Amino acid sequence: MSGEVQAAAVLGGLAESEELEDRRGPQRPRRRRIGLGDWLLPVYVVLAFIFLLIPIAYTFVFSFNDSLKSNIAWRGFTFDKWLNVCNVEGGAVCEAFGNSIVIGLVSTVVATTLGTMIAIALVRYRFRARSSISLLLFLPMATPEVVLGAGLAAQFLAVGVPKDMLTIILAHTMFCISFVVVTVKARVASLDPALEEAGRDLYGSPREVFWRITFPLLTPGIMAAALLSFALSFDDFIITNFNSGSVTTFPKYIYISASRGIPAEANVIASAVFIVALAIVVIAQVSRAARAKRLAAEMT
Amino acid sequence: MAFAAFATTEAQPQTARRKSPIALFLLLPGILYLVLFFLTPLISLILTSLQAPSEFGDIGVYDYAFNWQNYVAVIESYWPHILRSFGYALLATVFALLFSYPIAYFIGVKARRRPLLQSLLLVLVIAPFFISFLLRTLAWKQILSDESLIITSLKALSLLAPDAYFAGTPFAVVFGLTYNFIPFMTLPLYTALERLDTRYLEAGSDLYANSFTVFRKVTIPLSMPGIVAGTLLTFIPAAGDYINASRDFLGGPDTQMMGNVIEANFLVLLNYPAAAALSIILMAAILVLVGVYVKRSGTEDLL
Repeated sequence: MSGEVQAAAVLGGLAESEELEDRRGPQRPRRRRIGLGDWLLPVYVVLAFIFLLIPIAYTFVFSFNDSLKSNIAWRGFTFDKWLNVCNVEGGAVCEAFGNSIVIGLVSTVVATTLGTMIAIALVRYRFRARSSISLLLFLPMATPEVVLGAGLAAQFLAVGVPKDMLTIILAHTMFCISFVVVTVKARVASLDPALEEAGRDLYGSPREVFWRITFPLLTPGIMAAALLSFALSFDDFIITNFNSGSVTTFPKYIYISASRGIPAEANVIASAVFIVALAIVVIAQVSRAARAKRLAAEMT
Repeated sequence: MAFAAFATTEAQPQTARRKSPIALFLLLPGILYLVLFFLTPLISLILTSLQAPSEFGDIGVYDYAFNWQNYVAVIESYWPHILRSFGYALLATVFALLFSYPIAYFIGVKARRRPLLQSLLLVLVIAPFFISFLLRTLAWKQILSDESLIITSLKALSLLAPDAYFAGTPFAVVFGLTYNFIPFMTLPLYTALERLDTRYLEAGSDLYANSFTVFRKVTIPLSMPGIVAGTLLTFIPAAGDYINASRDFLGGPDTQMMGNVIEANFLVLLNYPAAAALSIILMAAILVLVGVYVKRSGTEDLL
C-alpha cells in the first residue's frame, strides 16, 4: 500500500466522522448508465446467499424426515422427531446436547468475567509489559485449533489430569477469553469519560460510579461477548475432541455417528438451536434500532 | 474480525490512562489463566515433540529426551499431508476471497443507504455459524452424493461425466473448506468496505479512469486491511482443519491433511511425539507465513 493511499484512507476516516451526512445523503446527480454492474451484482448476491443457505435448508428439511436409522434418503414427512427428540439411542443425542449447554454456560461465565476485566485494564490503565500482554491475547486467535487442542492434551497428559467435563471447560474458557477481550475492549474504548466524571462530581464513590454508570454502559458489549463465547464453545469440535476423554458433546456426537449415519433427531436439535440463535440476533438488532429511534426522538 | 478489532482499538490514542494497582488485580486472573492453559501447553507440546519411546514402557509411554529426529521422521512420512494442508488452505482462501468480495461490496457500499437491508444481509452472512459446523459439512456431502438429485441430473444432462464423483476428491475438500470459512472472509471485507468513501471512486472516474481501473487502483487498495484480515482468518483455520478432509465427511484416503494425521497420531496411535512435532511444524509455518504476508502487504499496523 503506497503512502498516498494510506493518507487517503486516513482522510477518508476523518471525513466520515465530520461529514457523515454528506456521504450518506443524496449524491450529486450522475449520468445514468445502465452498466453491467447494475443488475449483475444484485443477481450474484442473491445467488450467493442461496448457495450459503442450502445446507441450512437441507438440515432443517431433513429434521422432518421419517427416517429409520440413518437420515440420508427422504422417506416422508413427520413431526415425530421434533416431538420425541430424546427417544433415540436411549437419549444419547440429548445427553450430548445437555453436556454442550453446561460446558458452554460455565466457560462463557468464566471467560466473560476474566476477559472483561482484562479489557477494562487494557483501555483504562497504564502498566508495564503491555505489548507482551497484547501478544499473549492475540496468539490464541492466530493458532490453529488442532495445535491448541493437542497442546492442552499434551499438558494434561504430562501432569496426569484425567480428561472429563472439567478439561473441556478449561479448554473452552481459554480460547474464548481473547474473543471476549476484543469485543468488550471496543465498547470500553467508545465509552464517554464525561459520564463517569459526572458521577464522580456528584460525590459517587469509585465503586458506585463503576456499578451504576460504567457497568450498565458496558452491558451491551459484555452481552455480545458472552453470546460469542457461548456460540464458539457450543460449536467447537476440534479442541473438544482432544480433551474430552469419554464425555460426548453435541458436535462430538455428530462426528462419532457420521460413519454410521446421523439420526434425524440431531437435525432437530441443530435446527432448534439455529432458530433460537437467529431469534436472539434479530431481537437484538430490532431493539437496538428501536432504542436508537427513541433516543433520536428524545433529542429533538 | 479479530484482527480488524485489534487494529482499530489499538490505533486510538488513549489519553486518560492511569497507573494503579487495580490494573494488576484486573489483569492477573485472566493473564495467569492464559499462561497456564495457552502458553505452558505450547511449551509442553515442544517438550513432547522431543520425547523418545520409553525403554521398558508400553505403547504410548514416552520419556523426556532431546530426540529431534522426530521432526525428520514426521516430515519424511507426512510431507504430502503438509503440502496438501497448505495447498488446500491456499485454494480455499483464494476461492473464498473471490466469492466474498462482491457480497461484501454490495452490503458495505451498495446497500449503504438501506440500514435494514444491510443488517439483514449481515445476519444472513453469519447464519451458517448458527447451525453445527459438522452438520452443514455433512449436508453438502449428502447434497452432492452420487445418488443425489443434483449429481444425477447433471449426469443426465451430460454436464458431468457418468463416472464422476464428488465426495472423497480434493475438489470436495477444497469446496468444503471454502464454504465453511466464507463468513470469516466476508465480515472483515465488509468492515473495510463499509468505511470506503465513495467520493474517491467518483474522483477516479472524473479523472477518466474506467470502472475496472477505479476498482483496481482505488477500491482494492482502500480495502486492503480487510483483505489481509479476511485471508488470514480463513487461511489459518483452514490449514489446521480436519473435519472437511476426514473420510466420514468430504475427504477420502488421498485427501488427508495435517490435522487428520495429528488427530490420528495423538488419539488413535498414541504417538504423542509425532503429533506434537507435526503441531509445532504447523504452528511455526503459519507464524512465518503470516509474518511474511503481513510485511509484504504493508499492513504491519494491523497486528
